[in-house]
Amino acid sequence: MSPPETLVDKLDSPWLGVVLGVAAVLGMLTVNVLFLVWLERKVSAWIQRRMGPTEVGPFGLFQTLADMLKLLSKQLITPRHVDKPLYHLAPLVVFVPVVAAASLFPFSAGLVLQDLDIGLVLVFAFGGLAFVGIFMAGWGSNNKYALLGAMRSVAQNISYEIPLILASLSVVLMSGTMNLAKITALQSERGYWFIVLQPVAAVIYFIAALAETNRAPFDIPEAESELVAGFHTEYSGMRFALFFFAEYSNVFIVSMVATVLFLGGWSGPLLPGPVWFFLKVYALVGLTMWVRWTFPRLRFDQLMSFCWVVLTPLAILNLLITAFVARLV
Amino acid sequence: MGFEQILFWLLALGVIVTSALVVLPPGGKNPLYGALLLIVSFFFMSGLYVLLFAHTMAVLQILVYAGAIMVLFTFVIMLLNLSKKELGDETRTIAKGVGVVAVVALAVKTALVIETQTLNIPAKPLPAGFGGVDAIADTLFHNYLVPFELTGVLLLVAVIGAVVLAKRTL
Amino acid sequence: MNPVSDVAARAAEAAAPVAHSIPLYWFLVVAVVLFAIGSAGVLARRNALTVLMSVEIMLNAVNLAFLAFAREWGNMHGHVVTFFVIAVAAAEAAIGLALVLGLFRHKKSVNLDELTALRN
Repeated sequence: MSPPETLVDKLDSPWLGVVLGVAAVLGMLTVNVLFLVWLERKVSAWIQRRMGPTEVGPFGLFQTLADMLKLLSKQLITPRHVDKPLYHLAPLVVFVPVVAAASLFPFSAGLVLQDLDIGLVLVFAFGGLAFVGIFMAGWGSNNKYALLGAMRSVAQNISYEIPLILASLSVVLMSGTMNLAKITALQSERGYWFIVLQPVAAVIYFIAALAETNRAPFDIPEAESELVAGFHTEYSGMRFALFFFAEYSNVFIVSMVATVLFLGGWSGPLLPGPVWFFLKVYALVGLTMWVRWTFPRLRFDQLMSFCWVVLTPLAILNLLITAFVARLV
Repeated sequence: MGFEQILFWLLALGVIVTSALVVLPPGGKNPLYGALLLIVSFFFMSGLYVLLFAHTMAVLQILVYAGAIMVLFTFVIMLLNLSKKELGDETRTIAKGVGVVAVVALAVKTALVIETQTLNIPAKPLPAGFGGVDAIADTLFHNYLVPFELTGVLLLVAVIGAVVLAKRTL
Repeated sequence: MNPVSDVAARAAEAAAPVAHSIPLYWFLVVAVVLFAIGSAGVLARRNALTVLMSVEIMLNAVNLAFLAFAREWGNMHGHVVTFFVIAVAAAEAAIGLALVLGLFRHKKSVNLDELTALRN
């Protein structure tokens, strides 16, 4: 299997390729977030028998665009008692790793910006950085709700990262590589998706990913009935929009990882690769939205004990069995 | 000067300045700033690792240091929420001053020694796949299998020890 | 440089020593400076958290030296040692921070100078 030609290889200058690629990823994420926010409101409306946004554009499609313009034009309010350097840097620190992580995915055969043999680890490394930004926001805001939200978020994210990575490792063990493009190509070659052989890992991954992205039923870091808005309580205007952007892009990124690991990435019959890739990703994103508007929020102690007592041992057991079976086969 | 060399000096300057600020006032006065500056310095450090063709180690550096160890640090700092009094006074004794001067002198001396000692080491060509996951795994599991297993035991001990220490009042 | 000719040149002088654009000495000097900063922090600072962070700086300096020598000798042993150092640093941070928490509960302070229970 020869390594597929990457986007960067096709251009003369590697630097130009990287800059163009990052710009393309940023554009894709922006359009995506606009669409996902609209989708979330429509899904929630559908589940609660409401109409959702209808006024701006067909089916209210441009509602988020209008909201974004409003947020852009709003005055940026800096509360007086905040820790200024931390408060101002936090939205950027949350935002940048998201873009960096999104630029690592193979959207189709050869359509990959950076083809790294440690792509999966790098995605998780960037995912881990978001905590730092959340922490800076919570601490810098100098507000008890923000601080509580940040502490919950960091504790939850550290805990759920363990089953998340363990579940991904069982796929790595089967495919023998951490290169995202190669994992996809392997599934395409063998003709089945890894979810067939790793259903338990897929479920563990999905649950842990919900917690990693602070989505309901694990959205206690920003539980609006207890904490106002959690770590971004004190943020307004474009700074708030950056947190929002990062949150929705994170949902998108964990869905992309799940698509690559368990659903065969861009592989599929008839339709071209990118179409399959995005179809699968949107199916997963739709599932997370469905879950959000169906299940009630967990208590914090339930959340932590679920991770440490159920998910982590299950993930370790699954990894052990995978290792034994992979050795035997 | 080539591109790589300019990059090296930028990264080296970055890692030295941020590390110094962890110890000097902004970080030394307030451990929270110290922890955040240390995260920045780990980024510069992983840049240096990439210049040494150790890209796997660079990613591990970010994953483990910036993503796990420093999050632990910031979490504990946030949990303690230390006041000025609880941080304690930084006394300036003669012993400390002598210690710092001795460290600086030792560093200068070491730098001078390694200049004369390392100039004649002939650099060997890098094998294919140098710094990749495969190469590391090969060496790790062929030459260092027992230490690797012992590291697993060490981490288990650390987990249990941390839980015991944090639960009990000393 | 043209990548094709680069590969050819490397194959031609496979046995001969290569000249890296950044010499080993530069990396070692950075490592020495970082190690000095870390040890000065351990010696001079009395706040347990800053001392632990200084230890992390020292460990990083050692890692840099190992990786620099790994490139110079063209083998992976330095990388593996760095891997172990990172694992040990994680264990050290977990235990060290648990100790700091215990110390804080006991003394209401994280100042190392107040840890004098064994002196008298």
